[in-house]
Amino acid sequence: MAQIKVVDLAVGYETGVVADNINFEVNKGDYLSIVGENGAGKSTLVKTLLGLQAKMGGDIIYGDGLKAYSIGYLPQHTSVQKDFPASVGEIVLSGCQAGKGFNPFYSKADKALAKENMKKLGIDDMEKHCYRELSGGQQQRVLLARALCATKELLLLDEPVAGLDPVVTAEMYKLIEDLNKEGITIIMISHDIANAVNYSTHILHIGSKFFFGTTEEYKKSDIGALFVGEES
Amino acid sequence: MEKLIEYLQFPFVRYAIIVGVLIALCSSLLGVTLVLKRYSFIGDGLSHVAFGAMAIAACANLTNEMVIILPVTILSAILLLKTGNNTKIKGDAAIAMISVGALAFGYLMMNVFSTSSNVSGDVCSTLFGSMSILTLDSEEVTLCVILSVIVVAVFIIFYNRIFDVTFDENFARAVGTKVSKYNLMIAIVIAVIIVLAMNLVGSLLISALVIFPALSSMRLFKSFKSVTLFSAIFSVICSLSGMLISILAGTPVGSTIVAVQVVAFFICFIIGKITGRS
Ligand SMILES: Nc1ncnc2c1ncn2[C@@H]1O[C@H](COP(=O)(O)OP(=O)(O)OP(=O)(O)O)[C@@H](O)[C@H]1O
Ligand SMILES: [Mg+2]
Repeated sequence: MAQIKVVDLAVGYETGVVADNINFEVNKGDYLSIVGENGAGKSTLVKTLLGLQAKMGGDIIYGDGLKAYSIGYLPQHTSVQKDFPASVGEIVLSGCQAGKGFNPFYSKADKALAKENMKKLGIDDMEKHCYRELSGGQQQRVLLARALCATKELLLLDEPVAGLDPVVTAEMYKLIEDLNKEGITIIMISHDIANAVNYSTHILHIGSKFFFGTTEEYKKSDIGALFVGEES
Repeated sequence: MEKLIEYLQFPFVRYAIIVGVLIALCSSLLGVTLVLKRYSFIGDGLSHVAFGAMAIAACANLTNEMVIILPVTILSAILLLKTGNNTKIKGDAAIAMISVGALAFGYLMMNVFSTSSNVSGDVCSTLFGSMSILTLDSEEVTLCVILSVIVVAVFIIFYNRIFDVTFDENFARAVGTKVSKYNLMIAIVIAVIIVLAMNLVGSLLISALVIFPALSSMRLFKSFKSVTLFSAIFSVICSLSGMLISILAGTPVGSTIVAVQVVAFFICFIIGKITGRS
């Protein structure tokens, strides 16, 4: 059974439907890239999958042991304010709030998990640093480490490489690939079609045209040929 | 100094100081969250509501004014939070409406119905704090102590969740934290703090008690924990010295405390600039 199966989903806001007739499924270990033009509704789709936004129609079925709220999320725009005093360690640990229910305290295991994920992303030497004084790439790593603390199964990344330089972007892709190899399912929104085609196993294209299938199928399809061709 | 020691002989002076310190502690703990969540305006609005409620209580000649003030303020906090979330009604407009309305009604009530011979004196002391919190009776002192202990306990127990919903509400919601429940809890605690703080500094100066420690601390520290701890220390020291000064110099308690805080804020500001921390 798929971890997430989406049937005829329509997403949008009170102001109206943004995208509809969305059908796809994600299985354990998949690496799905969601592509599409600006305003196509990619972020809206992700928010709907997370339950941050009510769906406008259709169905989202979670399965294969994917528990509610065990999805790690890296938002496109964090609502974090510029002047918020928070250290890297505090932010990463806050990822462990997932699945805590009414237990307000963090356990030793939670703290160890936070440490481990900081190490994994190479930010363990910045634990005491102030988040707002980090570079964009470092901040993304912190938020990714937080998302990792929230899940062992599935990461939802909304444009994790936006605004990063080529070197850091390549590092980020490598990191995400490694995580995927460890068995974590990845769903990632990206405008970087070349890399999306390079790394992912499946592509979901929403917007003016709809496509869902494996990367190989995408490359052969008309829409895929058009977009991948544009890039290279 | 002798005068101070002489004063400290009286148990009610000691009680007043204990209550003052506890109130300062409570208001500073949530100040950080309030400032960061852009809720400081709610604190301001609520203090006016509390003033209105106090006016009603005074006119009704209630022996224990808290019976009215506390529930009314908590209710308004919940209402304000709800309208703040509602994008259709402008949050700040609603707050301005409620707070100014409450202020006007409160003053009107006091003028029309008050049995006291010194109406403007009464109004002045509810707005700016009584000449001294030494006038608190033992019942009020007990209530203040109980409420502050509850506030501090709630803060310590839910410290992690308060950080989560302050830092990134969307992420918290996405991983299943009941954000609206915690926001509600924060609003209720704010209401309790406002009512408590009214005893110490009066309703117009409450915002200062909540905001100054947080802002000063944010000049110097960079993690949530250190900011919270320092603002608690800042607040306790400022109100303690404010109270002692006011006893010695015979100045009004509330404004003395706030004046001390303003001075301390500038000291923090300058230290922050010099050490390049901000
Ligand atoms: N909070 C909101 N309320 C109403 N409409 C919104 C809201 N957020 C976004 N929209 C609209 O929904 C549409 C889709 O937005 P969305 O953020 O999902 O696009 P996207 O595909 O992620 O684009 P981008 O590539 O620029 O990130 C846009 O037309 C946008 O104007
Ligand atoms: Mg987007």
